[in-house]
Amino acid sequence: MRQDEMTPVVKTIAAILFPLIIIFSFYVIMHGHLTPGGGFQGGAIGASAIVMLIAAYGAKYVRERAKEENLSIFESIGGIVFVLVGLLGFLATSAFLYNFLVGEPLFGTIPPFGSNSGILNSGGILPILNIAVGMKVIGGLASVVLVMALAGGDEE
Amino acid sequence: MIYSIPFYTVVILILVGLYAMIFKRNLIKMAIGLTIVESAVNLFLVTLGYREGGVAPIYTNLPSGISIPEGMVLPVPQALTLTSIVIGVAILALMLSLSMMIYRHYGTLDSRKVRRLKE
Amino acid sequence: MNADWLLQNSPALIIAIPLLAAFLMPVIDKIGRRARNAFAIIILVIEEMLVLFLAYDVFGGNIHIYTMGAANPLTTVPAQAAVPIRIVLEVDAMGIFMAIISATVCLAAGIYSLAFIEEEKGKGKYYTLLLLILVGMLGMELTGDMFNLFVFLEVLSIACAALIAYRSNTGDAVEGAFKFLIISSIAALFVLFAIALLYAQYDLLNMAALAHAITYSNLDKIALVLLVAAFAMKCGSVPMHFWTPDAYSVAPASITAILVAASQASLYALFRVCFSLYNVTLNLATIGGALIIFGLLSMFIGVTMALPQKDIKRLMAYHAISQTGYMLLGVGVGLYLLADPEFSTYGIKAMEGGIFHIINHAMYKGLLFLTSGAIFYRLKTRNLNEMGGLGHSMKWTAIFFIIGALAIAGIPPFNGFASKLLIYEAAYKVSPILSIIAMLVSILTLASFVKVFHSAFMGPKIHDVEEVPRSMLAGMAVLTFVIILFGLFPGWVVGNIVHPAAQALAEQAAYIQAVIGG
Repeated sequence: MRQDEMTPVVKTIAAILFPLIIIFSFYVIMHGHLTPGGGFQGGAIGASAIVMLIAAYGAKYVRERAKEENLSIFESIGGIVFVLVGLLGFLATSAFLYNFLVGEPLFGTIPPFGSNSGILNSGGILPILNIAVGMKVIGGLASVVLVMALAGGDEE
Repeated sequence: MIYSIPFYTVVILILVGLYAMIFKRNLIKMAIGLTIVESAVNLFLVTLGYREGGVAPIYTNLPSGISIPEGMVLPVPQALTLTSIVIGVAILALMLSLSMMIYRHYGTLDSRKVRRLKE
Repeated sequence: MNADWLLQNSPALIIAIPLLAAFLMPVIDKIGRRARNAFAIIILVIEEMLVLFLAYDVFGGNIHIYTMGAANPLTTVPAQAAVPIRIVLEVDAMGIFMAIISATVCLAAGIYSLAFIEEEKGKGKYYTLLLLILVGMLGMELTGDMFNLFVFLEVLSIACAALIAYRSNTGDAVEGAFKFLIISSIAALFVLFAIALLYAQYDLLNMAALAHAITYSNLDKIALVLLVAAFAMKCGSVPMHFWTPDAYSVAPASITAILVAASQASLYALFRVCFSLYNVTLNLATIGGALIIFGLLSMFIGVTMALPQKDIKRLMAYHAISQTGYMLLGVGVGLYLLADPEFSTYGIKAMEGGIFHIINHAMYKGLLFLTSGAIFYRLKTRNLNEMGGLGHSMKWTAIFFIIGALAIAGIPPFNGFASKLLIYEAAYKVSPILSIIAMLVSILTLASFVKVFHSAFMGPKIHDVEEVPRSMLAGMAVLTFVIILFGLFPGWVVGNIVHPAAQALAEQAAYIQAVIGG
């Protein structure tokens, strides 16, 4: 057993919990326009799932599975999608970040005013922006912790 | 009186954080002091929005009998606090990376010894 | 896609295009070196042209409003509301004036960086962060919303701190970046606290709406003190100047030139808060007096600590502190004289001097830092004792250095003379001692730059070096062109560019009316 590995109990529990935490993080990201949550919160949960894997399996093992380059490209795609959706608002001859999907079939149901039970299909461009921010946060925070863990492990 | 307790907590936290930043020599402790001050300012922002007897400003499954928008707490300071927390995370990540690089170059984290740039 | 559409939407495009380019840069970096360099330069040139295009219309007298995310970006107060409820970008003459400075300095530094950072690692990230600094500066200068100002201030600080530590293989770069980051974070937290205080009282974040609604209660005074202290901390005026020499000397030279422009963006935010947010309810003489005192201390302490320095960039950084003192003195005298109705024309003249000095300082200080970077590129040292006789082989660098040194000392026909003359004349009205101190500081500035020129460029030829690559010379030439142009036609510049900016700062009513009344 290497220096930065954990016992098999910890590794098994981490492996079981990892997909559940990822699903929960996607739930928080997607329901950002209905319940508390959204891009940053869901992204932080997803990044903490990857950090749990780093703590259980060691930084070198995680680096072989998800290289820093892939995380960086994942992050860049999130950022590009955000600004492109904002620039698409110009196509409706309107302003930057204009909500042009209201009334369209993609995310455009207009919910009734007042207390309701939350329609997922509403919100316009907000769910798309939430997903973009979530991708950026997962990529960014996971690569920060991965690089720090790798740099710290090199000293021994 | 009881609704002023968060404001007193903000003042105490700012004093604790400033004490840690000014009087401690370890670089990591300075970073922790900065995080405490930033948490205090976030607490101040969230506490501003409280209205007595208010519920969370979410339309999904509201409890009945709540008038909109007088029965809800203010949502704008919550958005400002969220942005501030994100910025705080970025600053903390950058500060800890710089501390790691300083440790690699100088071998110590004492801010009095990390001082090649004098005069 | 005609010119009207471009003019109406240009405030948002000016911020959105470098943001998209900064996110695309890691992807384009995979393609190759030439693609990345070409992409960066093209985006910087597009930015410069967009800013100049918008400036041509704003200096004609219109204030441009842009509401983010509304159906019609020109309506700021929606039909069912009483106050502006979205983020509003408000571009008046002062804002676009600072945006011209930021875009020009970033363009010159970007061209300079093509050859300057060839031997370093991580060049793709360098250009990403440079574009993010441009986004931060332009966002601070074009926005009309207090919290948006805070967010762009933080973007600017974090990107600058990351680039100061760019040469992470040396220890002192990382140390300078750490100090910069701590001071920037404290300043930003003060700003956030002040914004929270203002929001708690008025439930508004829009600058024009706040200016309309503000009463000068005790909490507002506390917020004003916090904002002035925070922005004075960020622009490097005494007594919070200790980060400036450390951060400016260890950064790569092109980043130091951009840091000068970033400090002036914070100076712009200080003026915006003092003039447009708090104007008519303020006790103008007191705040003017405080700015005058900050200015005098900065001028004097900056130049006296610069004289014994051995490191060329630390010396120039102390001079940057002293020149910031000139700007604070000019605008402080302007505020002080505006309080007195019979001196109000002198007040506008003083403010014009201070504001003209902002653009002059960015140009010649940027040029001087770029020349010191050229010396570092060839000799790999910043110590004046190890240099000598460079004038034999680096002729173009020596010429650019002479132009920069004469401009900073205030010698005609370069641009420093015009702005310093305006400041001397206006400061004489308040008290003759201010003018005498200003002239004394100017003479000491000339003395220290004669020392640098003699140590670096004159003497027998010790080192065998050649001239720097052409892209670095092109970057320096961009700034020199502006210096000579502003030096030869100061009357035209003051009349058409500086006077609308000073007028826009002093007249708060037009600022408020553009968002609420109209």
